[in-house]
Formats: sequence, structure tokens, C-alpha cells
Amino acid sequence: MRYLPNSPRDREEMLRALGRSSIEELFSQIPEEIRFRGRMNLPGPLSEQEILEYFKEAAGQSTREYVSMLGAGAYSHFRPAAVDALLSRGEFFTAYTPYQAELAQGTLQAMFEFQTLIAQLTGMEVSNASLYDGSTATTEAVLMALRLTRRNRVVTAKTLHPEYREVMATYVRHLGTEIVEVPYAASGQLDVAALESALNKETAAVVVQSPNFFGTIERFSEIAELAHRSGALLVATITEPLSLAVIKPPQDADIVCGEAQSFGVAVAYGGPYVGFLATREKYVRQMPGRLVGQTTDTEGRRGFVLTLATREQHIRREKATSNICTNQSLCALAATIYLCLLGKRGLKALAEYNLAMAHYTAQRLAAAGASIPFSAPYFNEFVVRTPMNADEFLRELRGEKILGGVNLARFYPELKDHLLVCITEMVSKEAIDRMVRVYESVAGRKNAGAAAPHPVGQEKA
Amino acid sequence: MKEHPRHARPHITRDEDLIFERTSPGKCGVDLPAPDVRTAPTAELLGSEFYRDEIAGFPEVSELEVIRHFTRLSTWNYGVDTGLYPLGSCTMKYNPRINEVVARLEGLATDHPYAPTELTQGCLRVLYDTARCLAEITGMDAVSLQPAAGAQGELSGILMIQACLADRGNPRKYILVPDSAHGTNPASVTTSGYQVRNLKSDAHGCVDLAELELAMTEEVAGLMLTNPNTLGIFEVRIREICELVHRKGGLVYMDGANMNALVGIARPSDFGADVMHLNLHKTFTTPHGGGGPGSGPVAVRKFLEPYLPSPMVVKADDGSYSLDYNRPKSIGRVRAFYGNFGMAVRALAYIVANGSEGLLQTTQDAVLNANYVMRRLQDVYDLPYNEPCMHECVLSDRRQAARGVHTMDIAKRLIDYGFHPYTTAFPLIVPGAMMIEPTESASKEELDDFIEAMRAIAEEIEEDPEFVLKAPYTTRVSRLDEAAAARKPVLRWKP
Repeated sequence: MRYLPNSPRDREEMLRALGRSSIEELFSQIPEEIRFRGRMNLPGPLSEQEILEYFKEAAGQSTREYVSMLGAGAYSHFRPAAVDALLSRGEFFTAYTPYQAELAQGTLQAMFEFQTLIAQLTGMEVSNASLYDGSTATTEAVLMALRLTRRNRVVTAKTLHPEYREVMATYVRHLGTEIVEVPYAASGQLDVAALESALNKETAAVVVQSPNFFGTIERFSEIAELAHRSGALLVATITEPLSLAVIKPPQDADIVCGEAQSFGVAVAYGGPYVGFLATREKYVRQMPGRLVGQTTDTEGRRGFVLTLATREQHIRREKATSNICTNQSLCALAATIYLCLLGKRGLKALAEYNLAMAHYTAQRLAAAGASIPFSAPYFNEFVVRTPMNADEFLRELRGEKILGGVNLARFYPELKDHLLVCITEMVSKEAIDRMVRVYESVAGRKNAGAAAPHPVGQEKA
Repeated sequence: MKEHPRHARPHITRDEDLIFERTSPGKCGVDLPAPDVRTAPTAELLGSEFYRDEIAGFPEVSELEVIRHFTRLSTWNYGVDTGLYPLGSCTMKYNPRINEVVARLEGLATDHPYAPTELTQGCLRVLYDTARCLAEITGMDAVSLQPAAGAQGELSGILMIQACLADRGNPRKYILVPDSAHGTNPASVTTSGYQVRNLKSDAHGCVDLAELELAMTEEVAGLMLTNPNTLGIFEVRIREICELVHRKGGLVYMDGANMNALVGIARPSDFGADVMHLNLHKTFTTPHGGGGPGSGPVAVRKFLEPYLPSPMVVKADDGSYSLDYNRPKSIGRVRAFYGNFGMAVRALAYIVANGSEGLLQTTQDAVLNANYVMRRLQDVYDLPYNEPCMHECVLSDRRQAARGVHTMDIAKRLIDYGFHPYTTAFPLIVPGAMMIEPTESASKEELDDFIEAMRAIAEEIEEDPEFVLKAPYTTRVSRLDEAAAARKPVLRWKP
């Protein structure tokens, strides 16, 4: 086996040094009745060339020939070549959690930079060194709010990513936590009046995503005021953090968390991604996950270490703030490299590009007679009403090699014939125009001989 | 220390500021195309209520500066690629390069989780095949790849025990956790809503059956067990342990962190485990990445299958794959989408590279290497549990502590000899533990060097303990003040 460095002679010598005559003797303590003596029914062994063939075949059965307008928590963005080139350095990707700081200053400094970048982006004071993904980061934020307030009720926007809500429900079920969902208004934003009546003195956290699952931007200062008035913490979830380059960060929130996959991490069928969690300095000791801190060595030189470990499972065991051990260090490194490459100007330019292309798409669709039901401002995702059953419309688009969006009826039964469309820099103007032509032809067919097309513009949901 | 002028330090790679200190206005590491569509200005599209003008403090650097910055940082790290990394309980084995290549294939790296399943058959097949292989290796009946890491696999498993016992009428209150367990075990138990009851180990470092008999009451939902345990010792009475728990109506959770000792040798299903997780980043060579991403698939016996996280990848009679969301008894979701798919690609690449024979040889080498190290060091370092070990061994600093030198000091000195340290101060049942896991990726030659280094350090401690206490001497920074870091945390750069 090519990965194994011991030669048959090495093995013999080592056995001899141990006073053993066969490798089998090293396993003699295992009772025979539980020894596995068969051959595992597994593919292989395969050569490197054969492995490549095996996976190339799988990669062929994919959507790689399609233009994707799918977002909903996983965003297709261009990944500059420098990202993978740097991630592929073995010193980074074959190292482990930096417990031995002197031998891991590279990882530690990069994580310190990640924490700084996330704090700057979110407008928060401190960030941790990453969590699994946006769904678990949001859940950890809620658990943190439960600890901080010692209350047991969570009010969440119905426009928080549906799968994030599911994960949260799994984690808090045994705590008997009451979860109340607040509906959306005609604007596509949180229904603030409904929020107000949903709040009470038992509420630990208000959880709101922005841009929300429909792509619309939430008015955090208003929401924060209501949350704080009832003594609850505001958890702001961001699934498309590129938006923060042109949209004010939720500075009134107490915890800002979410998904940083947009920053140089591949879509990769849902993972691995990289969750983040940022908050105010005063809450730092209730934060979950790894934290990197700055310190000095014996000669006064700056260096970095994992710090405040007394929150963590390897020290506190059953009293830890979370059971999380490993974070998403390499994905966080990808995000750090990506953000450094784009920097202040590049990130803003890219965000403006996304914003412009998405608005162009919505405007073209509206001009073709489509209804864009939500009126609030949006970033690179928006909802459009389809002229027929959304799945049928998506099938038409598939004929043009376009994945036209997510059918919202899957998560919001009341929104049948509604599509969530995401336009990033990976979608060309030509593809957008092609999509609009499909819309026109479908709507035309539908309306042939029937009434006038849908009114253009804003329609109540 | 003598001050060097800024530009005459020993080596350029040793002198690298934070990226924020290298920045200067007007630079950018990418050139973006201008949009070829005409829309209103950003501030107008968003409105002044929402519009953000700039991110204060964000870096502004060129592409080359980014490359140099992170390349320099990388040289301050030590990885498996650099050399022996005997960090016990972490299974720091070689990460094959072909894994990285196939995980980045267009299609596998680019498919969207909400793309129609008819069009993502390749990704679904990878998930299905990986799950099937892991089921075969563990002897279990069904596997979910959804948990993002080992700790989440643990939580999923405990939640399944809870759901199953609730269906049987009473979820019970406690989970038993041996005192030698990884910290994630008790933490996951708490996260699930159970309470932890610690179980004392016996004189051999294994589960004390008499203690277990006493502790295993009608209030106890189950036992969370690592086998081989964190001392690297195989629980030889594992069958009796599992039978006892089952007899009292409990279930057995096995922490599969140490599966590198068992693949091809013994299957958890055969010795009575009901549910377990695997760490793809340990046993199955997905890279540790400086601390993640991991992946913690959870494997169960048939009767627990209905409780697995939703959705599950299923294969129809016509050979097509789909996602099954119709799982009314499922514990629900533990993560958005379907888990760390990219890690499944890598793990599967590793499994098929080896096949059954290769995996067995791997286990044998891992166990041979650990025993070799243990036997060749036990005359200079204390061996608290003198039992045959599996994939790792645990020594202690008892003799050296008498000279004022502890496990962490020895670890730091090991760095000067060119090795990554072993795991220090774990498991907790061994005071001054030195936990060594060479893995199969260490050659005899490398192990001999390591053993020589460890013996040399033991001698240094006899001759000049003070010298060892100040190690390391060869790294970019010397020992760092962790107490100061925790006392007044500085967690971000500020201008």
C-alpha cells in the first residue's frame, strides 16, 4: 500500500524488538468471538489513476453544464486561484488544532486575522475562530442567549432559513424551549407588529436573518429596540455575508452569526462550510468554540495562542459552553485569504456587481410581466412569481441548461408558484436574458387568448 | 534579546506583520469585471437606511502580498507533511493528495445542495457509497453523514438513544461516561439534555464491571464508551459490558475516535455497540486543516435506523439515488444540507485506494508502531498501565516530575528535536500523561529518531532540568504567556 512507509523488513525488525513472532500476537488480547476474520466487502484497492476515473464518472453526473441561480444559504461565487494554492500548503492543511502554539503560529495568526475580519464585517467587538456552519452557529447563538438571559423562550423569524430552524429545534427540544415563529409582512420583511406581540418577559432571544430567506433586508434597529425592551437578546443571522460590504451591519444586535461559505469556500453539495459567531466583549466568556488571543513570548515578541479554554469541553467537560471541539479552521482560512485578496475595495465592487445583476434580472422579469411580490430592498436574491407551477417553470429553464432557483413551496406551502432566485457574478447577462426569454415564452403561452399579463411591480403576498 | 534592525532579521519569513499592518489604501488583490448592465447606483437601490459606505480597517493588499503573507505564515506551522505528528487521540496520518484532487473536481465541488436530485446523481452516489463502506467497516446497518464533526456525531447518537428509549416508554435521565473519556463525551451528553454520571476505571484502565453493575440502574439510558479506550487499551470485556447495559434496558454508544485500531480487526456491531460515530478526519485521512473541517458520520443498528437525522440518501431498484425526507421518527436535522460532503469524497477515495487488505495492513502498522514506541520508552518514562496497547500508548512524566519537569515541558523540548509533541495531560486519569499515537504513517526510521529524542530528553532532565524548562529554543517564538492571554483577552487587531 503506497501510503505506508514501513517495509516488510521494518515490520519484522519491530516485531522482533517486541519479542513477537507475528503481527497477530499484538491482537491476542481481543477475544476470539469478537474478532473479525472475514474480508470487508469494499471496493478497491485502486491505483491513483483508477480513483480519478471513479470520481470523474461521479463528477460527470452533475449540474456542471448548468448555469445556477440557486442560493438559499449556499452561494456560488468565483474563487480566486490564490485561495486553493495557499490552502494546499501542507503546513496548513495537514496540521491540527493549534494546541502547541509555538509550532502553530501560522494557523493561530491566520485565525486571529479571521476573527478581526469577521468583527469588522459584522460591526461586533469580538468573533470566535469559526463554527461548523451557519445553521449550527445560529443554534449556538441561541443556546448562548438562553445561558445569558436564563430564560427559555425563543422568537424566530419565519424567514430564518428553514433548515436553520430545524437544526435549532433539534438542539433545544430537550430543554423544553418554547419556539415562536413570527410571520413576514407584505414587504417580505419581518412583521414587526407580530414581533411586538410575540415578545414577553420570558423571551431569551429574537432570531432574525438578513438578507432573509426571501433575500429582503431587515430593519435591525427597530427589531433590536423591541427585543431589548423585553430583555431579550437579538441574534442576527447572515447567510450571504457578501451583502455586508454594501449593507450596514446589524450593530444593534447582541450576537451576529451565520455562514461565511461565500468567501472562497466551494458550494460542494452543502459542505464543508464555515460558521461564524461574533458578539460584544462582555459576552465573550459565554461564547462557544475556539478563540485565538494575542500574547507575548518570554522575550516580549508578539505571538498567538488558543485562549479562554475554560469555556471548552476539553477542560470543562459536562460544564462546557458547547460540545464543539473541532471548528472549521481550513474553511476559515479560505475565507481569510479570500477577504484579504478582495479587501476593502474588491469586496465592495463584487457586492455592487451582485446587487446590480440581481436588480437587472428582477427588472427584466418585471418588464416581462412577472410579479416580484416583496417590496423591501434586497441584495442578490429575490422572489418572483412564476407564470405556472414553479416546478414546471424550472423544468422549462432546465431545457435551457439553467437551474432557475428554489421552489419556495417546498418550505412555504402558502408560496406556491414562487421562486427564490439568486444572481451572483457567476451568472452572465446572456444567461439572465435567456431566462427572461423563457419566462416570456411560457407566460405568452399561458396568456394566449386569456387576460392581460400580471401587473408589473409590487404585489402583496 | 539583542535588537535587530527591522530589515536585517534572521530570515524574511520570520518577520511578518498582521495583514492589517501591511495594508495601504488603493490596493486590491483582484480585478473584477464591471457589470455590463445598467442599474441605479447602489446607495439608491438600497436606500440610505441600509447603505454601507465602507468596512473600516479592512485590508488593502495586492495578490502577491497575500501569497507571501500566507506562505510565510504557513512556514511557522508544523503539519503531518513536515514530519512525525504523534498527537495522541488525534490520528494524525498522511492525507493523500489524490483525495484533494477528486474533492475539487468540477461537479463534485460545484453542485448546489438544492439542485434537482435527478441532476446530482454523482454527489448522491458518493454519499451513498461512503455510507455503505462505513457500514461495512463497522458492521452497522445504516449510516448518516450529516454530523459535521465527531462531537456532533456524539450528540446525534445520544439524541437517538433518547428518542428510542422514549418510544419504549422512558428516555431515562443519565448517561454513564468513563473517567478516561474525551471531553466531548460529557459535553455532548449535557447538550442532549441527559446528565453525566462518571464511571471510574479499574486498575487496568478499563471499565470496572462491578462499578458498572452498580451504576447501571433503571434511570440510566446508556453507556458512552471509547474502545480502544483513551489509554489505547482494548476493553477485553466489552461483550460483557454491552450485555450488562442491554440487560438493564440501556443502550451502548461507542465513540469511534479510536477506530484506526480496529478497522479490519473487530467490528463494533459484533461486540455489542448500538450506535457510534466515526471521525473521517482521523481514521479516514481527511485533512485536519489546522482544526477542521471534520466529519462525524453516525452509524447504527437496524432498530435505530428510523431515528437517524433527516434526510437520508436512498437508492431505488433502478439504481437511482434520492433524498428521503419522510422520516417521522428522525431526531431531525443537526446541520443544514447533507453534512460535510467534501469530506465524504476524500474518505471514500481513501477507502477505495486501500480496499479491505490495505485497510487491514494499515491497522496492523498503526498498532505495531504504537507498541514499538511504548516498549522502547518504558524504561525511561513511567508506563502507568502496563497492558498491550492498540494504536496509541500513554506514558507519564512521574519520574521526570520529581526533577520538576512535566509533560508539557518535555513536549516543548521535543519540538527542538524536530517533532510535533504528543498529547499532554490527557487522559485525565493519568497524572502527567504523555499520549503517543504514531499512526501507520510513521516509518520505523522516523520512530527510531523519535525514540532517540525522547531518551535524550530524559537524560537532559537528569543533567539539567532548568534547560528543558525553557524549551523550545528553535521556534519563531519561545514559550507564550497563556495566562496573560486569558486574563486580558486581545481577540482582534485594532488600529
